[in-house]
Amino acid sequence: MGSLHTPCVLTNPHSPFPTRYSPVHPMANVTLRNVRKTYLGGFEAIKGVNVDVGDGQFCVLVGPSGCGKSTLLRMVAGLETVTGGEIDIGGRVVNQVEPADRDIAMVFQNYALYPHMSVFNNMAYGLRNRGMKETEIKSRVDEAARVLELTPMLERKPRQLSGGQRQRVAMGRAIVRQPKVFLFDEPLSNLDAKLRIAMRVEIRKLQRRLNTTSIYVTHDQLEAMTLADILVVMNGGQVEQVGNPLAIYEKPATTFVASFIGAPPMNLMSTRPEEIRSQLTGGAAADAGILGIRPEDFVITDQTPAGGVALPLTVEAIERVGAETFVYGSREQEEQRVAATPGELPPGEIIVRIPGTEAPAIGAKIRVAALRAKLHLFSGDGRTRLEA
Amino acid sequence: MVEEEGFRRYVAHIILWIGIAIVAFPVYIAFIASTQDNALIANGQMSLLPGGHFFETYYQTIFVGTSGSTREPVGNMMLNSLVMALLIAIGKIAISIISAYAIVYFRFPFRMPIFWIIFITLMLPVEVRIYPTYKIVADLHMLDSYAGLALPLIASATATLLFRQFFMTVPDELLEASRIDGAGPLRFFWDTLLPLSRTNMAALFVILFILGWNQYLWPLLITTRDDMQTIQVGIRKMITTTDALTEWPIVMATAVLAMLPPVFVVVAMQKLFVRGLVETEK
Repeated sequence: MGSLHTPCVLTNPHSPFPTRYSPVHPMANVTLRNVRKTYLGGFEAIKGVNVDVGDGQFCVLVGPSGCGKSTLLRMVAGLETVTGGEIDIGGRVVNQVEPADRDIAMVFQNYALYPHMSVFNNMAYGLRNRGMKETEIKSRVDEAARVLELTPMLERKPRQLSGGQRQRVAMGRAIVRQPKVFLFDEPLSNLDAKLRIAMRVEIRKLQRRLNTTSIYVTHDQLEAMTLADILVVMNGGQVEQVGNPLAIYEKPATTFVASFIGAPPMNLMSTRPEEIRSQLTGGAAADAGILGIRPEDFVITDQTPAGGVALPLTVEAIERVGAETFVYGSREQEEQRVAATPGELPPGEIIVRIPGTEAPAIGAKIRVAALRAKLHLFSGDGRTRLEA
Repeated sequence: MVEEEGFRRYVAHIILWIGIAIVAFPVYIAFIASTQDNALIANGQMSLLPGGHFFETYYQTIFVGTSGSTREPVGNMMLNSLVMALLIAIGKIAISIISAYAIVYFRFPFRMPIFWIIFITLMLPVEVRIYPTYKIVADLHMLDSYAGLALPLIASATATLLFRQFFMTVPDELLEASRIDGAGPLRFFWDTLLPLSRTNMAALFVILFILGWNQYLWPLLITTRDDMQTIQVGIRKMITTTDALTEWPIVMATAVLAMLPPVFVVVAMQKLFVRGLVETEK
């Protein structure tokens, strides 16, 4: 590439891609300041979101359907109007800027390829509209096609491509633009499971290499965990928690986040029953209304670790998936299990994840325990995390 | 496609052949009659085999016309019909695709009332509004002109509705991708919507061309000069003669000639036509 430009820093020095293709990009933080979206009828889809995505970072918006994550992304793209707050891309407030002038590129869930144009023209279209020279267009498209392994398909029409190939064309259309920000709207949800995992890795590699600020919307918590530098968990138009994915996993701020991030979901139970109340000790325990324990933090044991919690269970069902076994057990005295939202287990059921070598018999009475450090305590309404 | 075996298949084919014979026989008779001598036809002695007057009759039909006092070469009538049918078909497609684009993709005041007004005109075909339409065309001095022939038939609710329905099936993301790619409303229309509507336009063209070609009442009313006659009106005038024998070979030759352009259009555009009706290419 030209000597005028300083190639961007590669996050991964062992990247299999040659460093030659490292488009220059200007600094592009994306900052959302108290962003709101109220529809004409008065429905508030986004209720004041504050997120700061640093230059080159990969931000994932995750949440159940209807939580406003796609709306928020479309607001950043300029496809939806902003009714409150500011969207700032690279130091410029873009609330009133047309999508084409925001220096963003978007990958749609259904790819939105132009069906009547060849792969080459699909990628070149946006560049032509900007009046770029044909030679420059050709070199950019060829380069993107090479990286995405689309070179043999440049003359084909989208309908002659497989789902995965179409997805790559959609990616190619985004990267030839060399934008400040990539926006992904559930780009993998139309692919089958195997391809989805492969493309997930591809997207991450590509983003690392191009080092372009990215915002990615998904409802799949696994996709969110594996892709994100910054994870934004949304629910009902609000941000529940922002942060490093592992930090969120380890310290979920609300019961919603606790049950949404991690599969199978965290077991949440009321602290009211004497059985549990009596086992909780320490400062915050008195205020806690909800106790959460991840399935993987339980062990089957007769001992009770100091400060930890032990529960007697009756095994209702087991699922053996090879590397691990999931045990679904019911608590005898459970009268009210806390209502969490997604991936909800039937009330009173506790899920335990143990090594695949073990498998208790159905109907067996077992006793499971978790260490003090593995307990998550929340206020009674589930909105506040309490630290021990 | 259901593959039928043996006997059932033959029965199906026989029924189809009978149907074809019923439909094609009058056409065949018309062609035979156009090659026979008029006196034979008038006497009811017409043979079912072609006669020997083919070149003679067709030459006279196309370049001279009947021997009556208001003779007009059918070649000229065909040109008039062709111009009218093309103006109607192309004009309708152009107007309706633009109005459908406005109605589907733009939010402007009174959008729905305007849509409904267009929709309501479906209930008002030319025959119903023929007096006011005639008055307007006459006041605009468009009698005996191609504009007068075509314009009143161009504004079309059906075609607008068809394009509206088609545009509504085009995914919104395509428009959004275009916006991000820097294409304005006209670019999106020209670069994306028009190419996608190609098959629909072809199907509509076939239907509208035939509709325009077969117009009878409207051209009859507004054309008074013989050189502005369309072929459909011309045939009718040839049959009614006051003081002489109807020249059946020429009438039949005209009928055969009148049939050819629609047949040509259908055959030439059959592939696109069928695709436009059944396939949605997205």
